[in-house]
Amino acid sequence: MEVPNKLIPVEDAPGEFVINVGPQHPSTHGVLRLRVKLDGEQILDIEPHLGYIHRGIEKMSESLGYKQFIYLTSRMDYLSAHMNNQACSLIIEKGLQIEIPERAKVIRLLMIELQRLASHQLWWGSAGLDMGAVSPFFFAFREREQILEIFEETCGTRLTMNYITPGGVMNDLHPTFVKTVKTLIKQFKENIHEYDKLLTGNIIFQKRTQDVGVLSKELAISLGATGPVGRASGISCDVRKLHPYDGYEKLDFKEIVMTKGDSFTRYLVRIEEMKQSMHIIDQLIDNIPEGDCRVKTKAVIRLPEGEYYQRVETARGELGVYIVSDGNKSPYRIKYRTPNFSNLGALQYIAKGSKIGDLVAIMATLDLIIPDIDR
Amino acid sequence: MSKEELKAYLELTFPTCKFENSIDFPMLIVEKEHFFAIAKQLKEEPATNFDFLFCQTAVDYTTRFEVVYHLTSTQYRHDLVVKVLLEDRENPVTESVYSLWKAAELYENEIFDLFGIRFLNHPNLRRIMLGADWPGYPLRKDYSDEFILTPQS
Amino acid sequence: MIGFKEITIWIHQALSGLMSPGLVVVSEALIVGLSMIMLVVLMAVAMIYMERKVAGFMQLRLGPMRVGLWGSMQAFADVLKLLLKECLTPNGADKFLFGLAPFIVLVVSFLALAPFSFAPGLQMWDLNIGVLYVSAVSSIGVIGILMAGWSSNNKYSLLGAMRSGAQIVSYELSAGLSIIAIVIMCGSLSIHDIILSQSDGWWIFKGHLPAMFAFVVFVIASTAELNRAPFDLAEAEQELTAGFHTEYSGMQFAMFFLAEYTNMFIVSMIGATVFLGGWMPFHVYGFEMFNNIMDYIPSVIWFFGKTFFILFLIMWFRWTFPRMRIDQLLKLEWKYLLPLSIINIVIAAFITIMGWHF
Repeated sequence: MEVPNKLIPVEDAPGEFVINVGPQHPSTHGVLRLRVKLDGEQILDIEPHLGYIHRGIEKMSESLGYKQFIYLTSRMDYLSAHMNNQACSLIIEKGLQIEIPERAKVIRLLMIELQRLASHQLWWGSAGLDMGAVSPFFFAFREREQILEIFEETCGTRLTMNYITPGGVMNDLHPTFVKTVKTLIKQFKENIHEYDKLLTGNIIFQKRTQDVGVLSKELAISLGATGPVGRASGISCDVRKLHPYDGYEKLDFKEIVMTKGDSFTRYLVRIEEMKQSMHIIDQLIDNIPEGDCRVKTKAVIRLPEGEYYQRVETARGELGVYIVSDGNKSPYRIKYRTPNFSNLGALQYIAKGSKIGDLVAIMATLDLIIPDIDR
Repeated sequence: MSKEELKAYLELTFPTCKFENSIDFPMLIVEKEHFFAIAKQLKEEPATNFDFLFCQTAVDYTTRFEVVYHLTSTQYRHDLVVKVLLEDRENPVTESVYSLWKAAELYENEIFDLFGIRFLNHPNLRRIMLGADWPGYPLRKDYSDEFILTPQS
Repeated sequence: MIGFKEITIWIHQALSGLMSPGLVVVSEALIVGLSMIMLVVLMAVAMIYMERKVAGFMQLRLGPMRVGLWGSMQAFADVLKLLLKECLTPNGADKFLFGLAPFIVLVVSFLALAPFSFAPGLQMWDLNIGVLYVSAVSSIGVIGILMAGWSSNNKYSLLGAMRSGAQIVSYELSAGLSIIAIVIMCGSLSIHDIILSQSDGWWIFKGHLPAMFAFVVFVIASTAELNRAPFDLAEAEQELTAGFHTEYSGMQFAMFFLAEYTNMFIVSMIGATVFLGGWMPFHVYGFEMFNNIMDYIPSVIWFFGKTFFILFLIMWFRWTFPRMRIDQLLKLEWKYLLPLSIINIVIAAFITIMGWHF
């Protein structure tokens, strides 16, 4: 079979109209270049070009210690920073066979669910902004700001926390943590009805997202789509339910699966997930067990030889960490299976045949974070 | 099927392949020539039905490449790792699985970009991240350029 | 109070005493032109400030607060910044058309100001077809937009200009038809006559059902003509990075900006004049005492109050609704608004013939 030996440069065929969406574009949520072939307003083909924020995290991690490479992972999907750190911590704990204290597990879950709320809030605000409704952006940041302040009190920073480490969590909770979280959740539960009326019930928003970008179940399975994108197409893929970790098996929450697969369904799935996250926080916040927040680990960790794989559910889907270890101080090979990489694959198939205005609606509800794709 | 049942079934169905075990998943080591047929069978057999490719990557063991496929089934919820060994370091070529799992399109582009492994029958093989004119393949162990600051251990 | 008619007659007589009749005409034209420009500039400044404050309060924040007391000097600071910026012409652009487009758009907006009446006696040009003139002249603005999009040598600008052209041309129909509903009931196209006919009540109340429906259609169609949200696809930042005026900077961009605000002002003035009575105070037929009290508030205040009310409505829409897609927008016009407007005119004509309006 013919193997391409040199790369053929792509040129415009006569009669084709090609525009570049990005890399600097207000609505691609990061630096992503999409080469869109148009016929008037209709999209004929999309070709994504990545690499604008490729920092070589996998290669860098091959020369860092096991405690050091975790710091790079907060910067992949920075809106799910806690989840990325948790994935790496869990894989090291699995390799060293460490058991972490109960208090650390509960603190981890609280931080994770707060992070999921903050991430979905930012997604909601920017979905409204991409559709043209400017006001929801400010309302979304009202709650997100409070969550970030809670993070700052306990973890020290707002965006890239590095708080969850192998062995537990870095330091103990701030004394006012429980009270602040309870006030926040109470206020959030009232405000989420406002949000429903503002965007979900708005007929212009509904008309722009219903039946737009439909991803069927077979195509979603073939593409490896996970997270809210996969669940909106009917795949039950919540890692918290399928391969529970850190105490998720004891909690009572629903996995939101809907079948229609269009942009509006993806939107609804995330709104319902926010409500489920609040429910989880309610169950945990009053029952934080006493104890240590961390187990001591050796200064230089060496994972036993072999291969390891750990999955967690980030705000956008299933994050997988695959480590090949040869017994040294640094991992021999790390691969991050990021949810946005597979969800990007879906873009080409679901946007063909729709209009440019629909491309924005699809990107808004696919919720891609580009540093996660490029690593 | 559970891990042991799956291992037993696979040992029966593919007697020519080697098996290994890791903490998480059973691993099937496959020769390059038989790989596509085995992958097709794993996907289409109703007893295994591996329809979800959730990770595809490559590892550079200095004498050989290994292309690693992580598969799972949405119906039975069992997982499997399939590995293909490529001995040729100068010109590593293997068959693309795009016709089985569409997720492979982007994964294989990334592997081609960073390792230099070519895939036959891929719809649009290109250097997706680094651009067409980047010299060398960064994730290989023998890669070096003037920007690398930390030495390889 | 001194009426405006006396002031204008006094100025005319003073000037005639000083110069020859030809020069009198020229100097009067100069005075009127300059005062119109002053009015437009002041209104633009007020509208920019109002927009940012309204936006701020609707989004749980304060808006501009630092430049001047409560941010009132913000518009002047922005204008100063735009004046000092370089006016770039992109490589490969059609230089003549690129430079001409902002002027066309601006001149058209100024032209449309001519027939409006701000107070009894304060009217530049009492045309007997005032309403028709305004509609006709504002349609010329489409040419400026298309020129800007084409001459920019930029695919995004071209897409934006095409969308904008289609949108404006479509919505002119509904806007015109909704005004015609009132014109049928009033019987005259002249702005002065329309205002005088509302001395016993505004048309939106006198004309009940067809007039209220026409008002709603007018506000929707005018928002679409102005390229404002929810119809601002032509300059949707998220999709086309500013559409037809992507390549303009500095004073040329300021001219597009000023033209948009002037058009907003004109559209609000038409709405206030035709539907809400212009400078006529709020009279109720038969309540003489009430009408006399209402007359104490000066007409200019009534006029600008109504104009600002409609302006507030248009600004309110922008910060509440997401934007519509181009095919949904055009579908709304051709399949819903236009047939309904035509039916509305038929009903309005029927009501006028039967004398069923107030």
